[in-house]
Amino acid sequence: MLRFVVRRALWAIPVMLVASIIVFAAVRSAVDPVAAAARNPHTTPQALAKFKHDLGLDKSSLEQYWLWLKSFASGNWGRSQHSDAPVFPEIRSALANTLVLGLFASAITIVVGIGIGIVSALKQYSWFDNLSTGGAFLGLSLPPFVFGLILQIIFGTFLVTRLHRSSPVLPIAGMFSPGSSGFSLMDRVRHLILPGLTLGVQEIAVYSRYMRTSMLETLNSDYLRTARAKGLSERRVIVRHAFRNALIPIATFAAIDIGAIAGGLIITEQIFQYPGMGVYFINAFGNGDYSAILPWLMIVVAFVIAFNLLADLSYAWLDPRIRLD
Amino acid sequence: MTDVRPKPAETEMPGLPEMGSGIATLDAAVGLSSKPLTPTLLAWRRFKRHKFAFVSALILLVIVLLAVFAPLLTKYQPTQSGTGVPLKGPSRAHLMGTDQIGRDVWTQVLYGGRVSLLVGVAVAIISTAFGAVVGAIAGYYGRWIDNVVMRITDLFLAIPLIVILIIGSKLPERQHWALSIMGPGKSIRAVVTILTLFFWMPVARIVRGLVLSLKEKEFIEAARASGASDFRIMALHLVPNCTGQIVVNTTLSVAAAILTESALSFLGFGVDPVVTPTWGNLLNTGNDFQAIAPWMIWFPGLAIILTVLCVNFLGDGLRDALDPKQAGLSG
Repeated sequence: MLRFVVRRALWAIPVMLVASIIVFAAVRSAVDPVAAAARNPHTTPQALAKFKHDLGLDKSSLEQYWLWLKSFASGNWGRSQHSDAPVFPEIRSALANTLVLGLFASAITIVVGIGIGIVSALKQYSWFDNLSTGGAFLGLSLPPFVFGLILQIIFGTFLVTRLHRSSPVLPIAGMFSPGSSGFSLMDRVRHLILPGLTLGVQEIAVYSRYMRTSMLETLNSDYLRTARAKGLSERRVIVRHAFRNALIPIATFAAIDIGAIAGGLIITEQIFQYPGMGVYFINAFGNGDYSAILPWLMIVVAFVIAFNLLADLSYAWLDPRIRLD
Repeated sequence: MTDVRPKPAETEMPGLPEMGSGIATLDAAVGLSSKPLTPTLLAWRRFKRHKFAFVSALILLVIVLLAVFAPLLTKYQPTQSGTGVPLKGPSRAHLMGTDQIGRDVWTQVLYGGRVSLLVGVAVAIISTAFGAVVGAIAGYYGRWIDNVVMRITDLFLAIPLIVILIIGSKLPERQHWALSIMGPGKSIRAVVTILTLFFWMPVARIVRGLVLSLKEKEFIEAARASGASDFRIMALHLVPNCTGQIVVNTTLSVAAAILTESALSFLGFGVDPVVTPTWGNLLNTGNDFQAIAPWMIWFPGLAIILTVLCVNFLGDGLRDALDPKQAGLSG
């Protein structure tokens, strides 16, 4: 097991390095770091040359990559070219906000999705199963940029006029109420509900289907027949034997899913103007803010790779059968 | 990074005998059917039994016809402003209302459908064809080719698709090679190209997996023993045996491509809303007026939901029909 863990963990290092090359090459070819400065009519050619020199743009691509990688790895992420603010604290707080929203949505999604999946599997072809199948199809077809807008219209406009309220029933934008001072848990949670619902509706559909499939598979397995034959109570058979084993593939799937949170909430954050990684990226990209995009993308990729690794390890840990390879 | 993880969606569903084919053969055995039972006929029967898929196919046909015959169904142009009072709700003259400069939303949704469907189908077909070829080669030759292809797809799957696409959408402005491949930024061609570039990977992985297991089968050995070339084996023996999965995957890719194009256009990095309306960029425009003109959201939004829902049902029905061993969403 230890060898397995070490081997997999070490493998993540070259993957991350190659990913950093792709990230650098992609951002370098798509974003012009001096575009904003060059557009400004007051910029003299000398100033532009100096600017390029300061950014290291007069060096070869390979040198630029190496310098960037060194400073990134040492935590020296530089300053935003747009606001001149240090990039590191901004990305840190954006990441924290995104993780709050993402984990809030994931926690609810996973619990609800698994619950629906279990009932569907235990009562296969019942009205509940059929309803959840139909619901899953509908949920999968509700992309955030449609569902989020629909929620905003319902809670921000429709219900407000219907109920003669002066403000939205649930907050439709931001992370806390404007003008509020101090931290209010209630206020924060209320601001998470609509974006969380937007993120959750597709994911609940996915989780419930995966759980149903996985549960049906274990329900039909030989060891479950053995458990019943030993005379275990049905409750114990379902909870201890079927449910726990059915969770294994879901656990690895959830790990991968959570790894995608860092860079995966762009659309929802943009709709609800939630100050997380997604909004940060869209603004940075719109401003051509080269020094902000690079570390942003590296963090996103690192999250995905790290949680993929975690998924592999958790799978090996939960299911001893696969450690043999 | 590894292949040990199971893909829950791809796991087979045990315990469910293929009731469909059983009944069909029984029919034939007792002489209820006079037609010979070809695989196509069996598949067609299984498909017809999936009522949602059948109805979805009909609805999709209507949606496609609406898009194709758009010019006959409206007297306006999609970019024509001042066809009526701006920001006016649905009425006789404007079935879906008007937008902020008096464009007819019904016309925009019809013409937008042309683009969304075109992008969806084009991306799905091109990327599936390419992915199938790459997957077949990787699976068949194995060893380093397989390793290289799988590691590359791993890497690209580590970057969120929408982020790559947003970054990629800016390439034509900066790079000549990108301009010559993709055409000018924010054009339909650019969006199709950039989507295709990243849609082939999942297909390649699926086909590779299938080829890996198929190539050990006796009929491949027989073909090789009788002197068939590698190309012949792949083109005539391996790929045709994956047709069911490939067709199902192409269908589901259409839905994914429509959604991705809409997402990209919604964020403002897809097709240019001034030149060509698409369902996605209509939502982008409508978002600014959601409080006073919600119909600018409702109609393109419903168009996306309905189309994607129908494509998903169709894909599920096709899976039941062509690939009955595989469990679909409806299990």
